[in-house]
Amino acid sequence: MSDSNNDSIHEDTTTGLNNRKLLMWAFLGSDCMFFASLIATYLVYKGKSVTGPNPIDLFSIPVTSVSTFVLLMSSMSMVLAYSALTRGRLKVFRVWLLSTVILGMTFLGFQVFEFRDFTVNEVKISCEQNSPKYLELENKLSNSQKSEYKKQCSENLESAHIEFGMTPRTNLFGTTFFVLTGFHGAHVTIGVIWLLSLYFYSFKRGAVSAERHLDVDLAALYWHFVDIVWIIIFTVVYLFGVYEGF
Amino acid sequence: MTSFPLQISRPIHPTGIWNWITTIDHKRIGILYGVTAFILFIIGGIEAMLMRSQLASSNMKLINPELYNQLFTMHGTTMIFLAIMPMGAAFFNYLIPLQIGARDVAFPRLNAFSYWTFLAGAIILNASWFLGGAPNAGWFGYAPITGKAYNVGHGIDFWIVSLQVLGIASLAAAFNFIVTIINMRAPGMTFSRLPVFTWMSFITAILLVLAFPVITVALIELMFDRFYGTNFFITSAGGNPVLWQHLFWVFGHPEVYILILPAMGIVSEILPTFSKKPLFGYPVVILSGIIIAFMGWMVWSHHMFTVGLGPVANSVFALTTMAIAIPTGVKIFNWLATLWKGSLTLNTPMLYAIGFILTFTIGGISGVMHSQAASDAQQQDTYFIVAHIHYVLFGGSLIAILGGIYYWFPKFSGRMYNETLGKLGFYSFFIAMNITFFPMHFTGLNGMPRRIYTYSSEFGWDFWNLISTIGVFLLAAAMIIFIYNIVSSWINGEKAPADPWDARTLEWSIPSPPPEYNFAVIPTVEHRDDWWEKKMQNKTSEEISSGDIHLPQPSYWPFVVSIGLLIAAFGLIYNIPVAILGTAITMIGVYAWSFEPVNDPD
Amino acid sequence: MFNLSRKILFINKLAKTKFLLMAFITLILTISCSSKDPQSTFDTLGPVSRLQLELFYILFWVGLIIFILITAVVLYIILKYRAKSGDPIPEQIHGNTKLEIIWTILPIIIIVAIAVPSVQAIFASSKPDNSFTNNDLTINATGKQWWFEFEYPEYGLITANEVHIPIGEAVTIKLHSKDVLHSFWVPKLAGKVDMVPNNNNHLWLQADEPGIYYGHCAEFCGQAHALMRFKLIAETREEFEAWIIHQKTNAWTTTDPLAQQGMEIFMSREAGCYACHTIQGTDKAKGNQGPNLTHFASRTHFAAGILENNQANLREWLKDPNKVKPGNLMAKNAGIYNGTADELTDNEISALIAFLRGLQ
Repeated sequence: MSDSNNDSIHEDTTTGLNNRKLLMWAFLGSDCMFFASLIATYLVYKGKSVTGPNPIDLFSIPVTSVSTFVLLMSSMSMVLAYSALTRGRLKVFRVWLLSTVILGMTFLGFQVFEFRDFTVNEVKISCEQNSPKYLELENKLSNSQKSEYKKQCSENLESAHIEFGMTPRTNLFGTTFFVLTGFHGAHVTIGVIWLLSLYFYSFKRGAVSAERHLDVDLAALYWHFVDIVWIIIFTVVYLFGVYEGF
Repeated sequence: MTSFPLQISRPIHPTGIWNWITTIDHKRIGILYGVTAFILFIIGGIEAMLMRSQLASSNMKLINPELYNQLFTMHGTTMIFLAIMPMGAAFFNYLIPLQIGARDVAFPRLNAFSYWTFLAGAIILNASWFLGGAPNAGWFGYAPITGKAYNVGHGIDFWIVSLQVLGIASLAAAFNFIVTIINMRAPGMTFSRLPVFTWMSFITAILLVLAFPVITVALIELMFDRFYGTNFFITSAGGNPVLWQHLFWVFGHPEVYILILPAMGIVSEILPTFSKKPLFGYPVVILSGIIIAFMGWMVWSHHMFTVGLGPVANSVFALTTMAIAIPTGVKIFNWLATLWKGSLTLNTPMLYAIGFILTFTIGGISGVMHSQAASDAQQQDTYFIVAHIHYVLFGGSLIAILGGIYYWFPKFSGRMYNETLGKLGFYSFFIAMNITFFPMHFTGLNGMPRRIYTYSSEFGWDFWNLISTIGVFLLAAAMIIFIYNIVSSWINGEKAPADPWDARTLEWSIPSPPPEYNFAVIPTVEHRDDWWEKKMQNKTSEEISSGDIHLPQPSYWPFVVSIGLLIAAFGLIYNIPVAILGTAITMIGVYAWSFEPVNDPD
Repeated sequence: MFNLSRKILFINKLAKTKFLLMAFITLILTISCSSKDPQSTFDTLGPVSRLQLELFYILFWVGLIIFILITAVVLYIILKYRAKSGDPIPEQIHGNTKLEIIWTILPIIIIVAIAVPSVQAIFASSKPDNSFTNNDLTINATGKQWWFEFEYPEYGLITANEVHIPIGEAVTIKLHSKDVLHSFWVPKLAGKVDMVPNNNNHLWLQADEPGIYYGHCAEFCGQAHALMRFKLIAETREEFEAWIIHQKTNAWTTTDPLAQQGMEIFMSREAGCYACHTIQGTDKAKGNQGPNLTHFASRTHFAAGILENNQANLREWLKDPNKVKPGNLMAKNAGIYNGTADELTDNEISALIAFLRGLQ
């Protein structure tokens, strides 16, 4: 029987591929359909929210570009980690692996920050007659938001500060956005825990090495998958949501 | 190996119930699946009998509408997810390693896990009967009636959560079989020499892996609406109920091919054996299966012809649905050609397989009728559809499964069943089935809608409804004959030889029942139907194993992880701390499983 | 010689089986397909249902022929190729490319042939073409748990559970739902289309003959789905317009003291009927949770098409609506039925009946 943790020797399987590697690919195929269904739901409901903020009211492409870059860099550090391991450089491997974990956690931090910002999203609307901002947002404001605006403006302020935030309950955009990105974030979290476990595991003598690298290989596959899904989400949800013509 | 805090050594030669709880032997897991699924099939059958009793005549007051709605929901959900699919899994589990010349599946513990998780899902769903009422919105759970606004109790929550748990079980099993079939074939067992049953199972596993995530997402969306107040299907927020239908049927249509392809595989094994001829057109039959699976992704909206998608969409889906009839028909012709000029033994399994051809054809024809979107508007949601689905599921999936149970009975039980009782059981089954379901074509075209707990006498539906009800009781009698035959034969039937049928595939080359290690020596395969060819060339021999055979060890952890899921599921419905506890047990179980030592057998 | 007589005997046996089978099938089909039952899809009285039935017949005959052929082959095989002891192993035929091609091409041809009328029928049944008299009559049908509301927008009329149309005209029904999925199905006139909230579904139909047509909700909608029906009345244009005019008038007032007492009960706070039902012409009854009752007595049936509109049924309904239609929302929401207020006495029911029967 083959040592199932060791895939540099030719595997004792029909195709020569390790069983667990094949399993990971099958799993990722399945996970593709999972995210495809969530993205399809998002697209079906795009532009259909009855009230509440729309993508253009909330998204900050510069900020999200940074977090996307961070996640992309985490994939690069993962590649470097794997490469170091296969060349037997265990210490370098651990450095790059830990970098991946830190970058992944940074990405998650950005997500948490962004989500909290969305739930509040204070907007400033001037109190002048027919203020352009008010006209722009009028259809999307709820009745209580409108009365809050009127109340603040009646106190002779120059402009009113209205919370125009979004939770999963607010509207279709909130629902589809938070569920989609939430599940992606959950996948990233699982990945971070997995990689961190691998990091500690690697301190045990002989646990991972140039010959025993399947565990890292599998984790890397998963990590890259999660990154690719984010690229798609960033494009379809963020970029398409903000730029005209989509 | 690494040492790990919770490291418990693996069980060594467990006995009694611990043997069953910790087993990772694919054959035992197959039997667990089969027996459990059959019991659930009986439960689903009782649910049907109750409904049919209520419908025996107009204006009956046996069952009130709320209970009736729960019955049809549970009947459908049980039959599909707790009976037919796991019975298919029973066959996958028992047979695939034997047919490809392997000692076990690729991931034996994952295999055990998928059984225990299936059992957990079955328990969760049926617990609803005792905990405030079963789900009541159909096995298809159309929004918005499944939303909190129209369905306050926990019934729908049980439905959602149990289906998610069952999904995990199905996915685990499917991953396992994909890797097993690709990677654990005996030397010389190329894909073009694979037995048809294993081929169809392979295609089914791929369908499962791609289709289940879609319903997972649909159920998550519904669950979030119900538990957390999201807006996926809330019409006042702009939610569209049609989205549920699209997601459900993108899963649901491949699902019906998941239900029928294994059955077609079974039939493709039985017919050649008892005709003493190879399957006619093997490459075409396989290719048809692949085409059906592929095209199965392009027809889903034929379940939605009356939802208002518009004539263009309806035309497209009508055309794709008609197209899928072609590879299906080709299979039927190949089966007939297999029988043609054969030397037929018309024993019990053969009768079931031939019966399949007849009743599945009827179901296929009514299916093509439904593909006509224009006239389907008069059939959709009537008993005409109920007739169709039962002809393809009962007269298709189930009849093949029963035939398969008889066919492989000697192999898995080591005994011969009683042939006279078997034939009696078949004829009573076949006749009763047609008495039950054929009249539904009439009531459907006579305007009787589905999912109604009662009807008025002015509609003229009384007569055929009564016939159907009589039929279902006859079916129950037929099933009693079947159960009696199987159970009594299993206990003291005549001992079975390795190859009672002079069959064609590898599983018949080893003893009945097979030893734990399946093959003393892994065979080298040189032909399709290798066992038959070896027999014809007198090349069979009793090979004695030359060395140690290393087998996977039993394990506690698959069972533990399933328990964790069971607890988490109840927690999700009732109480978050319980859900956290369940999740913790699951995670601990997963970690322990990953770091479990591989003990050497003694 | 001996072989020939065996062959004849054999064919006889086969022929007999086939013949019996055919006779049986024909008998069954004749019984079932000539039905004039109230919701029979074979009793087509309008162009849409007729078109749909014609398409069905194409499929039916093709299907029947295929089924008979396959059954005949199976029977022949079983009889002819049954193994006898001493039979040799048959020739191990693996396949035949020519045969595969033939029995792939043939079904393709059949399917393509069916596809043409199929797609034509889909388009024809979605919109009436120029050959139909289309006077643009549009009716808004709204499904609610568990009854049907009908609105005639160009006439400004709202009614419930009974929809009238003029014969010989293509009528468009726009389909809405206030709550869950329902559908609008009058089998003798047209196949169903679902009523989906937030969607703009519609169907068209035409009645060629006057009469009362049965409609049934045909999309599972909850507890009382089985009892959610309606009636479609087709009549001449003149009769239709007279009906419209009549329905638009205010409710008939009465001098009958019992009916007046009934009206007081209807408008009382204890009974609360006015809160959910509209009776046009009264000050108080302007609710729209329940069916519009302005001309209740002019309808042939009530409680969503399930009970004939007579005194006995009305009494049963008013006494205990939940017994008649378990789960219905009047029984659930009205105080007099859900236990939060006093039940109606028999006399009060008599008064209400008099009042309702007076709403001609």
